[in-house]
Amino acid sequence: MADENSSKTASVSQVMEKTEYKYGFKTDIDSDTLPKGLSEDVVRAISAKKNEPQFMLDFRLKAYRKWLTMKEPAWPNVHYPKIDFQNISYYSAPKPKKKLESLDEVDPELLRTFEKLGIPLDEQKRLSNVAVDAVFDSVSVATTHKKKLMEVGIIFCPISEALQEYPELVEEYLGTVVPIGDNFYAALNSAVFTDGSFVYIPPDTISPMELSTYFRINTEETGQFERTLIICAENSYVSYLEGCTAPQFDTNQLHAAVVELVTLDNAEIKYSTVQNWYAGDPETGKGGIYNFVTKRGKCLGDNSKISWTQVETGSAITWKYPSCILQGDNTQGEFYSVALTNGHMQADTGTKMIHIGKNTKSSIISKGISADHSSNSYRGLVKVNKGAVNARNYTQCDSMLVGDQCSAHTFPYIETANNSVQLEHEASTSKISEEQLFYFEQRGISRENAITAVINGFCKEVFKQLPMEFAVEAQKLLTLKLENSVG
Amino acid sequence: MSLLEIKDLHAGFEGTEIVKGVSLTINAGEVHAIMGPNGSGKSTLSKVLAGHPSYVVSKGSITYNGQDLLEMDAEERALAGVFLGFQYPVEIPGVNNAEFLRMAYNAKLVKQGQDEVDPLDFDEILDEKMKMVGMDKKYKDRFLNEGFSGGEKKKNEILQMAVLDPKLTILDETDSGLDIDALKVVAQGVNKLTNENNALIMITHYQRLLNYIEPQFVHVFSGGKIVKSGGKELAHELEAQGYDWVTAPAK
Repeated sequence: MADENSSKTASVSQVMEKTEYKYGFKTDIDSDTLPKGLSEDVVRAISAKKNEPQFMLDFRLKAYRKWLTMKEPAWPNVHYPKIDFQNISYYSAPKPKKKLESLDEVDPELLRTFEKLGIPLDEQKRLSNVAVDAVFDSVSVATTHKKKLMEVGIIFCPISEALQEYPELVEEYLGTVVPIGDNFYAALNSAVFTDGSFVYIPPDTISPMELSTYFRINTEETGQFERTLIICAENSYVSYLEGCTAPQFDTNQLHAAVVELVTLDNAEIKYSTVQNWYAGDPETGKGGIYNFVTKRGKCLGDNSKISWTQVETGSAITWKYPSCILQGDNTQGEFYSVALTNGHMQADTGTKMIHIGKNTKSSIISKGISADHSSNSYRGLVKVNKGAVNARNYTQCDSMLVGDQCSAHTFPYIETANNSVQLEHEASTSKISEEQLFYFEQRGISRENAITAVINGFCKEVFKQLPMEFAVEAQKLLTLKLENSVG
Repeated sequence: MSLLEIKDLHAGFEGTEIVKGVSLTINAGEVHAIMGPNGSGKSTLSKVLAGHPSYVVSKGSITYNGQDLLEMDAEERALAGVFLGFQYPVEIPGVNNAEFLRMAYNAKLVKQGQDEVDPLDFDEILDEKMKMVGMDKKYKDRFLNEGFSGGEKKKNEILQMAVLDPKLTILDETDSGLDIDALKVVAQGVNKLTNENNALIMITHYQRLLNYIEPQFVHVFSGGKIVKSGGKELAHELEAQGYDWVTAPAK
């Protein structure tokens, strides 16, 4: 397949390097890797390798040219050394890394984490790259669901496959929620994304199961620029789960995904994320993921609803604002978030609720927890356009501090262009107090368990939005993360 | 062997010595009252016994059940049967009262090498204890102490005492903020829980609690020391004559 593609143009073959897999990977997996650096040829090469339709190549090139004119955003409340965009490989089906011979060679910290998460041993092997080809499970995960879903007309597949099978659907919606020039990282993603999920729920269909994608955890390279597009047609419903629960050990690495959601009349999408990318060394802050993600949903049809729930516990830097454009009348947007930072992590996260249609409603529940030397910012915009009569928003923004070296910030923005709106904003900052912990300890409850109980209580409103298994996983994660942050 | 033996205890808070040489021996089956004016060091003694990290012992020793209590942290002391009924119980939003009690109960079971109880079994245990201390079942599902009235908070402390069945209980100003009806209910609860195997220290400013929970020993605190000890009649004399009667000669 790679040969066919690379033979199309001379420039494509020039920028491609062949890499042989040595460890028994399946033959249908593309093993080519582009050298570091970004250019128009690289963009063309990616598109050619994926055998994409012309519109997709045009989309990418337009995005790339736009990106060249853009600057990295400087407004987030995060600090990091300048990223050298020419020092990143933009198409890399996983390269064979140095393979671990046994579990003994795996970072014990990582093993301990998995043990506590209750992930079985074979899963452990898979995640830490001891098993040779398990990292390629992504496609089969999608496939097992696919048949069952197809029976009710639901399309759930990698976006690269959707571009082959359903190009007209992709063309109709891709970039309609997050335009290619939306922001620096969205433009970059639009130019170079390699894969992601595609979901289409046909009219009058309630998805018979939760759709979940875990495949992004598999290798560092392919997970960098993923693109997800979910379309929920009239009177339909889907709950989608995104799990990034696998820690990775890496040098700083850029993860710039774009997620677009579209709901038509009376449709509803519930999108849940538990993010636990590797956050860097807790002592030195070295390494970890830069998680710069654009997630946005558009309630295009009347009476439709989009609900984001996120539990952000990882990444060295998180910079993301899952947002809702409430375009149809009587549409609803929701944002439930728990963002935990510890070690030297930095998070600048929140949401945007853009009210365009009449009688639109949005609610924002944000819980920020900061520990150690971390910095945690909530940044949210509620914007009400002129035509959005009777718009309503409720915002609750709570911060909790653990220790006295961390910080919590809130940046709420409200813009309203009509006077029929009703907006409420509540905010609080609390500390886990020494007196509270002493109270627990005096009853024989350990400090760790005390903190878990207080934190879970603090996050309750968000956790109850998550599907059961996710809620349990999220609680465990928070405990795990905070265990070392306390005394 | 005494349950608790305090010898020449000096302790303080943020560099200020508040307890200045207290010695006290308490045996199982005994009820002691510690009385005294505000600022005399009564509450500091209770915090020191419970192992509050902000209180520092500069001199003296405390032996509990043959062990050096000062070598144990707050959690270990609690698990060994030391219980402090707080003067001002903290509110803990988001943490369910019943779940908190189960955590504490299970921590004790685990310490004793037994299996934890699940929420259903614990619910039965809790119902019985709530009945014993006269507490409405609706407080099971409230957040811990959040929005409780003063009386409810104190009752909740006694409920915790009932659930944990401690060997040594220190009740710090449990009567403050209680009306007479609530005081009676709390006292009845405490009386049901005291027996020959455990001991109780009541710290109080007023004598009225002692009408309902009768101590065998009364100690008067002043200036960080015990200035007078006696039987329950001492409490009546204090009530009649005021603290000056005993504290004045100490100066």
